[in-house]
Amino acid sequence: MDGYTLSTSSLSTTSSISSISSLSSLSSLSSLSSTRPPMPTYTLRVNGTSKQVDVDADTRLLWVLRDVLGLTGTKFGCGIAQCGACTVHLDGAAVRSCTTQVSQVGTRTITTIEGLSPDGGHPVQRAWIDEDVPQCGYCQVGQVMAAAALLKKTPRPTDEDIDDAMTGNVCRCGTYDRIRRAIHRAAQEG
Amino acid sequence: MERRSFVKLVAVSGGGLAFAIRPSQADRAGQVSDEMNEWVPGAFLRIDRDGTVTVTVARADMGQGVRTALPMIVADELDADWDRVKIVQAEAHPDRYGRMMTVGSTSVRNGAWLPLRRAGATAREMLVAAAAAQWSVPASSLRTERGRVLHAGSGRVIAYGDLVDGATKQAVPSSPRLKTPDEFRIIGTSPKQLDTPAKVTGKAQFGIDARVPGMLFATVVHPPIFGSTVRSFDATAALAVAGVKNVVQVSQGVAVVAEHTGAALKGAKALVIAYDNTGFTASSPEIFEALGRLASAPALEAKRVGTPENAIAGAGRRVQAEYQAPYLAHATMEPMNCTADVRADRVELWAPTQNPQGAQQAASRLTGIPLDKVTVHTQLMGCGWGRRSRDDFVTDAVEVSKAIGAPVQVLWTREEDMQHDFYRPAAVVKLDGGVDAGGTLNALTVRIAAQGISGPRNGLDGNAVASIADTPYHIPNFLVEYARAENAVPVGYWRSVGPSQNTFVFESFIDEMAHAAGRDPVEFRRGMLAEEPRMLHVLNACAERAKWGSAVPAGRARGVALVEDKGGRVAEIAEVSLENGRIRVHRVTVVADCGQIIHPGIVHAQLSGSVVAGLTAALYGEITIEKGRVKQGNFNDYRMLRIGEMPEVDVHVVPSREEPGGVGEPGVPPIAAAVANALFTLTGVRARRLPLGANWRA
Repeated sequence: MDGYTLSTSSLSTTSSISSISSLSSLSSLSSLSSTRPPMPTYTLRVNGTSKQVDVDADTRLLWVLRDVLGLTGTKFGCGIAQCGACTVHLDGAAVRSCTTQVSQVGTRTITTIEGLSPDGGHPVQRAWIDEDVPQCGYCQVGQVMAAAALLKKTPRPTDEDIDDAMTGNVCRCGTYDRIRRAIHRAAQEG
Repeated sequence: MERRSFVKLVAVSGGGLAFAIRPSQADRAGQVSDEMNEWVPGAFLRIDRDGTVTVTVARADMGQGVRTALPMIVADELDADWDRVKIVQAEAHPDRYGRMMTVGSTSVRNGAWLPLRRAGATAREMLVAAAAAQWSVPASSLRTERGRVLHAGSGRVIAYGDLVDGATKQAVPSSPRLKTPDEFRIIGTSPKQLDTPAKVTGKAQFGIDARVPGMLFATVVHPPIFGSTVRSFDATAALAVAGVKNVVQVSQGVAVVAEHTGAALKGAKALVIAYDNTGFTASSPEIFEALGRLASAPALEAKRVGTPENAIAGAGRRVQAEYQAPYLAHATMEPMNCTADVRADRVELWAPTQNPQGAQQAASRLTGIPLDKVTVHTQLMGCGWGRRSRDDFVTDAVEVSKAIGAPVQVLWTREEDMQHDFYRPAAVVKLDGGVDAGGTLNALTVRIAAQGISGPRNGLDGNAVASIADTPYHIPNFLVEYARAENAVPVGYWRSVGPSQNTFVFESFIDEMAHAAGRDPVEFRRGMLAEEPRMLHVLNACAERAKWGSAVPAGRARGVALVEDKGGRVAEIAEVSLENGRIRVHRVTVVADCGQIIHPGIVHAQLSGSVVAGLTAALYGEITIEKGRVKQGNFNDYRMLRIGEMPEVDVHVVPSREEPGGVGEPGVPPIAAAVANALFTLTGVRARRLPLGANWRA
């Protein structure tokens, strides 16, 4: 039998994505050190409260939210900022938490779906229910967060504005037509 | 096909009226059919003293809406108050619910429709009987409405909740009267889906969201080359990553276990693994060459009508063509994952699975723990598309939990998900058709070469010839053959299965024949559907709504395609242009006859979503194999349709009181051919290979 040896980092088909490359090089560095350095502590402002987390500097915000803080509304889809399932707000702007390192957050406020509104009554959420947007629903939290950020910046978006702002959010079920209608509805009723 | 079932009164704690719908005797003995299109639904219906109606849903929801549609069927016959209906997701059970696998657009059609109605009607008649006894009036003088029994003569009204104790003393009617369709009050309406609020607030729990006290988070690295195995690995660097707790080898790969997924992924990157290669080094060109050779020699006959060889030889006009379709990954939005808690004497799983019974069996087999000690909580799924009918992701979670002695969630990266899928089989199809002097398709032979998903080894796979061998078209001389290919690439069910690629091939070639005959493509098809009035009506309605034959805006063209698949009949007309060489689909008209529909809103969503699914595959979908492994890994090289690319989709569902047909899949197959046929009209160039491409390559 033929044998072959590969480091899994070289298997990545997405090595051109800088965030993935940096992950690989950081992990090689850590393999050189015989003892683990003490983990830094980060204070995050999440949904109006302060949270302290002890994780490596390059830990993606997505995993801090989901696995450390238990805020599972934010989803994992691709890990390379290609699908938008992990969208959260930093100081009100939509960002992909799957490529955002915890050390990059700083003092910016983090808003997740759990903190978008106290009762699920954000105009975007109401419009999403009125238009019956979700099918499987997995991407919809990211869609809602992206739409909420869009409307904050552009209260009356055109179809072109919607295309631009929402093109990073994949929906495999194909709910795009209802997403568009719901955004227009939220703009009118919000 | 209707399967026998019976409704039985069962005791429940805390009182109330509860029914079990049980599969027939044969099915309870464990003889559950393996045929995808047969199942016998089991369900529990419970009415509590406070009037709450609880329906246990045994099918899994991945966006197709069964957690709303199935309770609607029960509630309508019960005359329940829809606002008081709750759902409970069934845990896996070997036989209590019949076959629980959610595949083949079967959740409503076939077996479910009548048994679920019968359950509701049975309960309704017992509640009416209880009211009749209480009021000493004939049952025939009573009617029911929104969770209440009413006596017109006296004006008396009583809520179902107040009747449950009396109802339990009534005999279970053996054949309760079912409603006629004009009596439906809930079926055919579109109430808000029960899960929607949770889905827009992040509270809906998908597989990936399962949280268990003390759980750890893991990812598994699988051998990249199909068929290869882990020889050895060096975990030193992985174990040095902060938060990584353990690295363990499992049967399918190497798992990195950590305090959070981020650490597990970083640890996985640091693993160094040596593999033993079993020798599979093929690349896509060789695979297609092999398929082409298979398609060039006589093969298994799937269908023979008349004398096709002779008829083709004598045809006035003859067309021959070869078509190709690539492997496709499912790329569900939620990557494969499962959470398992394996203890000494029991197993608990939180599985986003289309096949909870398969997950239960896998866990039992891997641990030696009996089935009745394996609890499977079926989770909401971020898409299914057939991928989650497998149990490989369950195997990973069970083995890791068993190895580390703690509950664990195993989550695959997108790359692992895309490179360790069960792909839609690549196919090469050769067709040869003849048109007679009158311009009708007189003879057609089709030979399909593809790996098999089902059926006996070296035998016929019914999925591989579906929508061709069973075409609704009348073709007087017709031969369909299947050559089963073998290689190490795993293949499986991909939303709509065989018809997804076969309809591209078949409906494109039918278009070629129409043009060869010098006839309008819609008119050409009509001529072959004289004996299929439902399909013919769908085609005509689609042509009318799309204004087929009228002028199109400059630079655009229309194309048509249709399919009969899984009990649904769908025609689609696409209006297409080329913008700087880029294919632009402006508008798609969808007309479907899916028989009686339950929730029109869900049906519309499924059909317009099917256009997105089929168009994504038609334009971009291609998995290529390079030296034994999948080249693509993520959405940057396996493109998804984006919001700005979605055409305007006009969906029309033909009103029907026929038995319910499939909805989740039959809308997928036609779009690829509809677009390709429009491109032919636009450019004169025939596309015979998928994907059509982000850029038109003609």
